[in-house]
Amino acid sequence: MTIEERKIFALEKKANQLRQIVIEALVEAKSGHTAGPLGMADIFTYLFFYALRHDPKNPTWEERDRLVLSNGHICSILYAAMCSAGYASVDEFKKTLRKFGSKFQGHPHRDFFPALETSSGPLGSGLSQAVGMALAHRMDRGRSSGRFFYCLMSDGELDAGNSWEGAMLAGKEKLGNLIAIVDRNNIQIDGFTEDIMPLEPLVDKWRAWNWHVLEIDGNNIWQIDRAIQEAKSIFNQPSVIIAHTVPGKGVPEFERKYEWHGKPPNREEAERALKALRSLGGKITSEHQ
Amino acid sequence: MLISSQKLNPKIFDKDVEMQPIRKGFGEGLLAAGEADERVVGLCADLTESTQMHLFKEKFPHRFVEIGVAEQNLATVASGMAAMGKIPFISSYAMFSPGRNWEQIRTTIAYNNVPVKIAGSHAGVSVGPDGGSHQALEDIAMMRVMPRMVVLSPCDSIEARKATIAAAKTNTPVYIRLARDKTPVITTEETPFEIGKASLLWEPHNLQGPTLYTRSDLVGRVGIIVTGSLVHEALKAARQLEEIERVSVSVLNLATIKPLDVDAVVKLTKEAGAIVTVEEHQKMGGMGSAVAECLAGNCPVPIEFVAVDDQFGQSGTPSELVAHYGLDAPHIVQAVRKVISRK
Repeated sequence: MTIEERKIFALEKKANQLRQIVIEALVEAKSGHTAGPLGMADIFTYLFFYALRHDPKNPTWEERDRLVLSNGHICSILYAAMCSAGYASVDEFKKTLRKFGSKFQGHPHRDFFPALETSSGPLGSGLSQAVGMALAHRMDRGRSSGRFFYCLMSDGELDAGNSWEGAMLAGKEKLGNLIAIVDRNNIQIDGFTEDIMPLEPLVDKWRAWNWHVLEIDGNNIWQIDRAIQEAKSIFNQPSVIIAHTVPGKGVPEFERKYEWHGKPPNREEAERALKALRSLGGKITSEHQ
Repeated sequence: MLISSQKLNPKIFDKDVEMQPIRKGFGEGLLAAGEADERVVGLCADLTESTQMHLFKEKFPHRFVEIGVAEQNLATVASGMAAMGKIPFISSYAMFSPGRNWEQIRTTIAYNNVPVKIAGSHAGVSVGPDGGSHQALEDIAMMRVMPRMVVLSPCDSIEARKATIAAAKTNTPVYIRLARDKTPVITTEETPFEIGKASLLWEPHNLQGPTLYTRSDLVGRVGIIVTGSLVHEALKAARQLEEIERVSVSVLNLATIKPLDVDAVVKLTKEAGAIVTVEEHQKMGGMGSAVAECLAGNCPVPIEFVAVDDQFGQSGTPSELVAHYGLDAPHIVQAVRKVISRK
C-alpha cells in the first residue's frame, strides 16, 4: 500500500518541526552534533510517526518493534522524535540536552532515559545488538511474527569491523525481520568518507553478505516508505537501506559540510537556521518574521 | 588444617586425587542452568568444545548461536539477546573475550545494563604449550575495573559448575574465569557456594582443637588469600608451613573477586596480621590488588603478592610454567616467610 500524499505532507511538516527542536536544543546545549541529526530527520519522522509499532505510554510494550540507534552521536534527532511522540517532554529536551542529570545524555544512556532500547555511542556495535534482538525473537516466535528490528547506523561506522561481523551473522541467519538503515551522508569527523576510508562499492559489500539492498534518497518520504515496505516484504534475507542523505538537510548554511558533523550552532547561526527551516529555505515567508 | 564444615574432598592431598579441568564445570553448569531456565542461551566464537559449551549445544541446539571467530560480535549479539529477555552465556578464551571485546562488553553489556554472562576460558599460564598469546593474565584486572561487572574465579570444576548456575540466576553481567588444565578437585557437592562470599578452607591447628605447637613455638601467623586454579597450591603450601615451618596459616578462597567479601578479608587480616595473595594473573590490577585496595582503607598490614610480575607467558607444561612464573607451593611458602619478616 502506497503512502497517501497528504500523509507525506504531514510527515514532511513533522520532520521540519523535529529539525527545529534539534536546533533549539543544540544551541542551548552548546555542544553536540548538527549535520547527522538534520540529515536523518525524515527517516526518524517516518519511523516514529508512521512505520514503527510502538506505544509511547508503554515503552516496554512487548509487541513493539525495536529501534536500535547505533551511531549514538545523532541522538538529538532520536530524542526529538521520541519526545514529540510522547516519551518525554519536548521542553525538557530543549532545556537539558547534554546537561548534568538530564535524561538526554550526550550519547544515549538507558540509565537516564529507560525508554531507549540501548545505550550507545562507541561506533560499530548497534547492528550486532539488533541482530541479537532479532535472533532472540525468532527463537521465541518463529520467522513470521510481524515484529521488525530496525538498526540506524552511519556510513562512517562501517569502517569498524564489528559492523561487518554483525552483517555476516545476519546474512547467515537469514534474519528477514531485520532492517538496517545506513545514513549515507558521506561525511565523518576527519572529512569525506571516501577520503578517510572508502566504502564503495557499498551496495556490493552488503550483497556479498547476503543482504537485500535498497538505495534511496533518504530525505524523500515517499522513497523511504517504498524502501521500508519492500524491506518488510523480504522474508528470507535481512534488508539494508542505503539512505543517501544531505548532512545538515534543511539549513543551506550547514548542508554538505563535514565541519558541521560535531559542533552545535551558536545563537546567530541557530536563528538563521530556524529562519531557514521556517521558510523552507526561503521558499515561503517565515511565519515568525 | 582443612575446615571440616567446608566438606572438602577428603582425597585432596592424595596422589590419586581426582583431576578435572575447571572449564568442564562451566560446561556442566551451563547445561544445568539451561535445563532450569529456558531463557538461558549459549553463544560461542568457534571454541565450543574447548570452552565446554558443546554440552549445552547438543542438548539445546535451537538455543545455541555459533558466532564464528568474531568476539566483538559475540558480546554485542549477546547484548541484543539479553535486551529481549534472554540470559546469554558467551564463551571463548579469556584472551579473546574479554581480551578482544572489552569495549563492547563495557558499552553494550555493562553500561547498557543487560545480564550477559561472559565465560573466559584458558586463563593463566597453565594453558601450557599454546604459549603466551593464549594465556590471559590481565582479565581479572580488565573485568573488575568495570562498573556492574561481577567477577567469579572458581577453584575447581565443581565450584565452576556452582558458579555458572548461580550466575544464571543473577540479573547482572558476570565474568567467570576458567582454566584449561586438569587440576585437583578440591570441593564437593556439599561445599557451600554463594556469589560474594569468600570461603575459609584452612585454619591453624591452634585455633581448632588440639594444638600442634605451643604458641611460643610458632614462627608466625599469616593469611593466604587465593583464587582459581592455584587454590590447591595454596593448600599444599599451608600444610607444609604448618607441619614443617611452624607457621600458623589460614587459607581464604576468593571465588568471587568482585564484589569483594570485605568482611571475610578484613576479619582474616585482623587475625593474621599479614597477608599473601595468590593468583594466576598479573600482579598489577588482579585479585591481590583488590585485596590491597580493601586493606589499605580497612586494615593496613604487610602484603606479599604471588602473581605474574609484569611478564607474558610462554610455551611449556602447565606445571613448568606455574613454577617458572613463581606461582607454585614453594613460591607461596617463600612469600609467607617474607611477609612474616616484614611484620
